[in-house]
Amino acid sequence: MIAKLDELRSRALGELDSIDTSSGLEAWRIRYLGRKSALTEVLRGLATLPLEEKRATGAAANELRTFLEKTLTLKEEAIRESEIARSIEQGQLDVTLPGRPSALGRLHPTTKLLRHICDIFMAMGFEVIEGPDVEWDYYNFEALNIPQDHPARDMWDTLWMDFETEDGRQPMLLRTHTSPMQIRVMESRRPPVRVIVPGKVYRYEATDATHEAMFYQIEGFAVDKNITLADLKGTLFEFAKRLFGEERKARFRCDYFPFVEPGVEMAIDCFLCNGAGCQLCSGSGWIEILGAGMVHPDVLRRVDYDPDVYTGFAFGLGLERMLMLKYGIDDIRLFYSNDLRFLRQF
Amino acid sequence: MKVSLKWLEDYVNLSLPTRELAEKLTMAGSEVATIEVIGENWEGISIGQVTALEKHPDADRLLLATIDLGEESITVVTGAPNLEEGQKVPFARVGAQLIDGHTGELVKLKPAKIRGIRSEGMACSEKELGISDRHEGIMILPPEAPVGMPLFQYMGDTILDLSITPNRPDCLSVIGIAREAAALTIQATHIPDISYEEQGAPIEDLVSVEIADPDLCSRYCASLVTDVKIGPSPQWMQQRLLACGMRPISNIVDITNYVMLEYGQPLHAFDYQQVKGKKVIVRRGKDNESLFTLDGIERALNTDMLVIADETDPIALAGVMGGADSEVIDPTTSILLESANFYGGSIRRTSMRLNLRSEASSRFEKGISPELAPIALRRATQLLIELAGGKAAKGIVDVYPGRMTREPITLSRERIGRILGVEFDIERIREVLSSLGLSSELAGVSGNLSVAVPYWRTDINLADDLIEEIARIIGYDEIPTTMLHGEIPERLPAPLLSLRETVRDILVGCGMQEVITYSQTSQAMLDRIDPQHKLGPALRIANPMSLEQEYLRTSLRASLLACFAANERHKQEDIRLFEVGKVYLPRGNDLPEERETLAGILGGLRCDHSWLSEEDTLDFFDAKGVLETLFSRLRADASFKPVEDQNLAPGRTAEVIVDGQKVGVLGEVHPRTAALFDISSQPVILFEVDLEKLLSLAGAELRYQPIPRFPEIARDLALVVDADIAASKLQDIIRSFSLVSQVTLFDVYSGDKVPKGKKSLAFSVRYQSPQRTLTDEEVNRTQQEIIERLQRESGATLRS
Repeated sequence: MIAKLDELRSRALGELDSIDTSSGLEAWRIRYLGRKSALTEVLRGLATLPLEEKRATGAAANELRTFLEKTLTLKEEAIRESEIARSIEQGQLDVTLPGRPSALGRLHPTTKLLRHICDIFMAMGFEVIEGPDVEWDYYNFEALNIPQDHPARDMWDTLWMDFETEDGRQPMLLRTHTSPMQIRVMESRRPPVRVIVPGKVYRYEATDATHEAMFYQIEGFAVDKNITLADLKGTLFEFAKRLFGEERKARFRCDYFPFVEPGVEMAIDCFLCNGAGCQLCSGSGWIEILGAGMVHPDVLRRVDYDPDVYTGFAFGLGLERMLMLKYGIDDIRLFYSNDLRFLRQF
Repeated sequence: MKVSLKWLEDYVNLSLPTRELAEKLTMAGSEVATIEVIGENWEGISIGQVTALEKHPDADRLLLATIDLGEESITVVTGAPNLEEGQKVPFARVGAQLIDGHTGELVKLKPAKIRGIRSEGMACSEKELGISDRHEGIMILPPEAPVGMPLFQYMGDTILDLSITPNRPDCLSVIGIAREAAALTIQATHIPDISYEEQGAPIEDLVSVEIADPDLCSRYCASLVTDVKIGPSPQWMQQRLLACGMRPISNIVDITNYVMLEYGQPLHAFDYQQVKGKKVIVRRGKDNESLFTLDGIERALNTDMLVIADETDPIALAGVMGGADSEVIDPTTSILLESANFYGGSIRRTSMRLNLRSEASSRFEKGISPELAPIALRRATQLLIELAGGKAAKGIVDVYPGRMTREPITLSRERIGRILGVEFDIERIREVLSSLGLSSELAGVSGNLSVAVPYWRTDINLADDLIEEIARIIGYDEIPTTMLHGEIPERLPAPLLSLRETVRDILVGCGMQEVITYSQTSQAMLDRIDPQHKLGPALRIANPMSLEQEYLRTSLRASLLACFAANERHKQEDIRLFEVGKVYLPRGNDLPEERETLAGILGGLRCDHSWLSEEDTLDFFDAKGVLETLFSRLRADASFKPVEDQNLAPGRTAEVIVDGQKVGVLGEVHPRTAALFDISSQPVILFEVDLEKLLSLAGAELRYQPIPRFPEIARDLALVVDADIAASKLQDIIRSFSLVSQVTLFDVYSGDKVPKGKKSLAFSVRYQSPQRTLTDEEVNRTQQEIIERLQRESGATLRS
């Protein structure tokens, strides 16, 4: 009986060697470990054997079963490995083939920068408010210390609406800057205010590479007790760093806008030449980026804020100029002609 | 404003290199745009004297000129017609750089052999030196020009081109810039002496002045100079005028221009003989009156314009331009010189009405000081005597109805600190003020200053104006940098802005490209989308730059269609664009309603050419999918219903309904509309959503729904219905059963396998209960009820 078991063992092992598929292995398992296998027969027939032989054969048969089961497990693993290897071998991709395209949407570059700038100021406690594109002369000019016939009106070539009052005045216009919202916001709120106003503005202007009839501005202003020019400097210098990079330097120079006093213009050191002077900065090393100043006491008085109690600052900047500087765009007309070959670059 | 540094040095010692001076002026508010050096290339050019002129032995038209250059004499061949012995001329040696009279390029002078005679150098014309365009003859220098001196030393100059802000008319003058430069470099200014010898009769006997409209003329001063001789002005004056961008005309006109540039006060010279009645009246023009101005154009006058008139007629447009009849030309011998102060607003209106902006009007309109009038008058009179050989009548006329006294301004240190955020020493403040000609006194015990403002600073009226002066002279770099430290103001909610930005993000997520188009549009564009003028009129711009931008758009459609067409022309194959922007709806006597609107357009390939997918074009359902995504993200329950729209194809257009209200429209662009925009893609789908309307409906409060704990059971339902039954009708019926958790239409078929006039719709229906596990029987029973109801209400039958 023992000899029969030995013979069984060597036959099983011999057959196992040539098996290389899981189905072949399953057939082998049924043949040698299944319910009808020779080994099961032996184990089942043990009861009929005399005690001595039963013990010896039983031990040998059980040992053989354990051995075959362990061998089976090992073989299973080997076959799984080789099958995975085979499927990988067969299923290789040309990974350089292009992927399946998905439609890619993008925001307009102006929207992107506008959001970025709003985020910077919102982090400093400013609130975003928008205002009308079509305005009254009062808000766009008069309330900002620019009465009729004021020479500073030349700073804003204006598109007037075809609208006449009974006394022949033409008081409706396309706003030339976002500053009218200084008045509208202050008229409707008491200090403290801290507001930024993004929006479209319009100019009576022949378009060329650097001039547009429509563009975006962001106005900002803050009015409270104890706001100073030093706060304006701090706020705007911080803004410049967050927008153009920590290493940028900024400076103020004196400039004139009728609704602020003192009035300043802010420049950053040229990021192309780092201030050495190049074509971008016309050799000066500085790039003008915005106008600002302390809100004029007459403007505060007009909205019923007491200038002896409240002070404030205001600033305004053009979006497209920033974009042009940031990305090296040389023609402002690209923005609103919406050529996909342009828009898809952002 | 162009300023010659040589001229500037008459009034202030320029101790700084030009670049540094320009930087200081720029930082203090007068931006130096360019620095131009006259004579930058004049190396090798010096002053020579013609000592001999002989005929060229071999050429009739050529001369041999011997030029004395001090150390040596050079004989050159010349063809110049205007050379005479004894003249001083600019002479270029070989190697000097000159502008070629024909090409305008800078070239190096080479030795030449002309008709057998060597010529090493040449006498130069103004054009060759780059001074002016004159090229007819050699430039003749004044007799006192020193022989041998390098030309640059004699007449080279540096010109600063400054941008002067409108509040500083005083800086539209060389003396004004000198005052700035002096304050910035801590120097004193030297202002010219303006005295002269008066002769003859008192001026009152010779001319009288009446200001009829003192609201428009606060002061009128005049002098009378007789026996003048008209001719060219001296070279130095011409040079300075040219350097500042003005053309020399005659000694009289040049003197008025020179003094205007020097002091910033416009002057006008009348031919005294032409002033009828020897009477000057400053008055408003009359309707029906007209005047030939110096430029030879007849100008119609009106009562809004201020004129200078004699006894009978206007002789000048006050502050804008003189009249042709009283122009000073040979043989004028007596000059009535005007130096007046006109109201800026009126001058500005008149010059703009007539489109006649002059050097004079641009100064008057900014509001110059009336105190300047007599000063500039005396300076010009002095120069008339000196340079035109005139005799001045005794005294001047000075009518000054608009005299105003300026009170000193009180400036407190506390205010300076409140505005600038930094304290300065009181003595330092006083020094700065004094450097600008502002004299200050300590007032009271509180450290307040009482500041007297000099007449030329018409822009300083408030303490804050003085604070700006302090800041700009000390320099903004000395202002500290601090952050806002007050409480953060309360914010008001801005739901429309957040909805708008969310909409942008969702559409970008759907693969759409955002565009921003002009708010302005044209009549032609408006007509294309509204050929029968069914919509209301658009707001018109009174002074459009072009007809392309004459109106404000009342919808985004035209811009998007045009944008689509333009990109099609650029060979873009998949175009999906959207814009979120305002439309402008007129509202009678009020500002227009500005409504935030979303519009989208798509057409072309569904995806880029790819080895993975079939080429397929975008269609109605791509656009609808975008809108469904949008509304689902906004938690708005939108339904779609067929509708007619003049730009969209009938039968392929739906209105979008939320909460029973129409919020938008979606459809294929009508082939007729597409053709009007030269769009060739087919189909092109357009949608439009009124964001303000949506805002009022969308956005039910978000509440969490428990995740279902019990399993769902799926069943398919294939139905056959009449072809004209809307799928949404069946879907709505199925969805109305409470055990139905989801209905998805997964197949639509019409063809051979269903009867004619019918279609088959296949739904996948999911059943689920939040309370328990459903049994098959329950589901079967419900499905049977659904089928019966579908049959009853839409005639649907199960597809066999």
